[in-house]
Amino acid sequence: MSSTIEALVNREYQYGFTTDFEADTLPPGLSEETVRFISAKKGEPQWLLDWRLKAFRRWLTMTEPHWGNVQYPPIDYQAASYYSAPKSVKPLASLDEVDPQLLEMYSKLGISLSEQKRMNGVAVDAVIDSVSVGTTYKEELSKHGILFMSFSEAVREHPELVQKYLGSVVPYSDNFFAALNSAVFSDGSFCYIPKGVRCPMDLSTYFRINAADTGQFERTLIIADEGSYVSYLEGCTAPKRDTNQLHAAIVEIIALDGATVKYSTVQNWYAGDENGLGGIYNFVTKRAKAMANAKVSWTQVETGSAITWKYPSVILQGDNSVGEFYSVAVASKMQQADTGTKMIHIGRNTKSTIVSKGISAMKGQNSYRGKVQILPKAEGARNYTQCDSMLVGNACGAHTFPYVEVGNNSAILEHEASTSKIGEDQIFYLKARGLDAEQAVSMIVSGFCKEVFKELPMEFALEAQQLLGITLEGSVG
Amino acid sequence: MLVINDLHAAIDGKPILKGISLTVNAGEVHAVMGPNGSGKSTLAQVLAGHPAYEVTGGSVTYNGMDLLDMAPEVRAQSGVFLAFQYPIEIPGVTNAYFLRAAYNEIRKSKGLEEVDPMEFLDVVEEKLKLVDMDVSMMSRSVNVGFSGGEKKRNEILQMAVLQPMLAILDETDSGLDIDALRIVANGVNALKRPDNAAIVVTHYQRLLDYIIPDYVHVLAGGRIVKSGDKSLALELEARGYDWVLEAA
Repeated sequence: MSSTIEALVNREYQYGFTTDFEADTLPPGLSEETVRFISAKKGEPQWLLDWRLKAFRRWLTMTEPHWGNVQYPPIDYQAASYYSAPKSVKPLASLDEVDPQLLEMYSKLGISLSEQKRMNGVAVDAVIDSVSVGTTYKEELSKHGILFMSFSEAVREHPELVQKYLGSVVPYSDNFFAALNSAVFSDGSFCYIPKGVRCPMDLSTYFRINAADTGQFERTLIIADEGSYVSYLEGCTAPKRDTNQLHAAIVEIIALDGATVKYSTVQNWYAGDENGLGGIYNFVTKRAKAMANAKVSWTQVETGSAITWKYPSVILQGDNSVGEFYSVAVASKMQQADTGTKMIHIGRNTKSTIVSKGISAMKGQNSYRGKVQILPKAEGARNYTQCDSMLVGNACGAHTFPYVEVGNNSAILEHEASTSKIGEDQIFYLKARGLDAEQAVSMIVSGFCKEVFKELPMEFALEAQQLLGITLEGSVG
Repeated sequence: MLVINDLHAAIDGKPILKGISLTVNAGEVHAVMGPNGSGKSTLAQVLAGHPAYEVTGGSVTYNGMDLLDMAPEVRAQSGVFLAFQYPIEIPGVTNAYFLRAAYNEIRKSKGLEEVDPMEFLDVVEEKLKLVDMDVSMMSRSVNVGFSGGEKKRNEILQMAVLQPMLAILDETDSGLDIDALRIVANGVNALKRPDNAAIVVTHYQRLLDYIIPDYVHVLAGGRIVKSGDKSLALELEARGYDWVLEAA
């Protein structure tokens, strides 16, 4: 009966190609020496090496968390390589110097790094195998005083900003994967929006894993100074490989008084095949701190990865700050997703909104895990949580783990949840009106995800909608 | 237009239709009546191509084509329309978006240009009046939170917009009060043309006070046991189904 659903889900992963270029790859293994090597390779100042080493020593004392509703064989942290960089990446005078092979790879991914072919007014920082290969629109942005560059460049050019904010939202001791990332992170994106500046274009980081058997550890640090505004996009893809690759990234956002940060992700790492072979382990820590009257909004569309373990969170530190989390997570084939958010209300009159849409198909397992914490001083805090699950077929699962801790009696919390099944009847109804199976599924799923899609920037919303269509293709009978 | 010949169909291996033969010509309205479980709705679903039913024998020719060989969406694009007994809800998809997508698919299959949302609004506006629906219904999610009557009117609206050649109304009267019934029937009557046809599946005669059929067929046990004109429906109303079943 559900052969259409299956056929729809089984469509080829279109970003599964590999690109051959010479890379500097560290042999497998992880020790203090590895950490020192990475730091030296990047010519880092002593304080950063010290910070990495503290993180590494802390990591050694920690154990991998297993409270997530996901299952995978033990990870051998000594078997992976912790540094890989395309050999041709040197500090570039201009983007025209980027290795043509790299440019070709990015154009295959639909991303143009060449300034002539400006990409719909979106500034891009392209990160491949943990190293930033180029950032577009830097000059134009710098006219507004906006700093947008690779993390390594920021360490060299703006060490005072990096030192002040690095680890201020996600301390290296935060969790096992955060500690690991803090020890061995190789690159990532850095962005600073000055006081009162409204960033004139969307900023975007495009992450690509290419090398085999390497771990991916990037860090993104976004600082929105008082009264500023920025919309940030993140995209991710990886080649098809039979082995699992670990991706443990960190995103830290600081929204100072009155600032607004919108962070949108379309995550499409390779998900593995229908037997669960290969795919990315996406163990990511994303957190923002919102000061007085600031607003941070996370929107994510998670369609890829064999395993997703990620909880973009907001610490509502300042009075009247606002946190939002809009999520669509798809677990198809043998994918496992354990994702959600934490909203930590510290300031008075803080507000948070959580809208989570989980879609499970084939043998996918999808869990929403969310925590709303109202601290004793958070007078007048409000939270609205809506958590909907959609099942496609009979072999998948949807799970919900909401946690609530209320320390102040003036808090108002609302929680709504629903589970529905995409039925043959819905599909037949649309077919009986002239739409084919693909259009029918795409329409039903888009309708289900509407509240989240409308939060995405236009271009991204279209991409997300298409991506969902592809991910679920074959799952409808 | 439609020639059904010795049609057999089953669900989960259980035979429901056991040899239906029926010819529908352009310009005709056929009523299919019968007791519960006689196979009326199955006939409607099979003609529209519901995947749950397996055709186990016989043939259906629609305008010279083998209807049973056509995918449900192709049947719809070729002018077959099923008004559902239980219209399905599609949360988050507006009625306007859904109906325009359907309208455009049918236009595309005829080699016509797709219409944009503004043009489509013009198409829909006059049809809304036909079923006494407010334009605000177009921005609501398909059938979500609709009353029983609204759902049925929405089906007739779709029919009015899509302008099928062969409309199959599956118990469109069930659960309707008399006012809603009249609105639905008026809609159906207004859409009647010499070049299209309708099969009206109903349990009760009362719908046929408003939609005058050219032929009435009584279905029982998966077969047509009696056919006649409108007077047969009145006789059924007065005497019930038993006498027909006994005679058969």
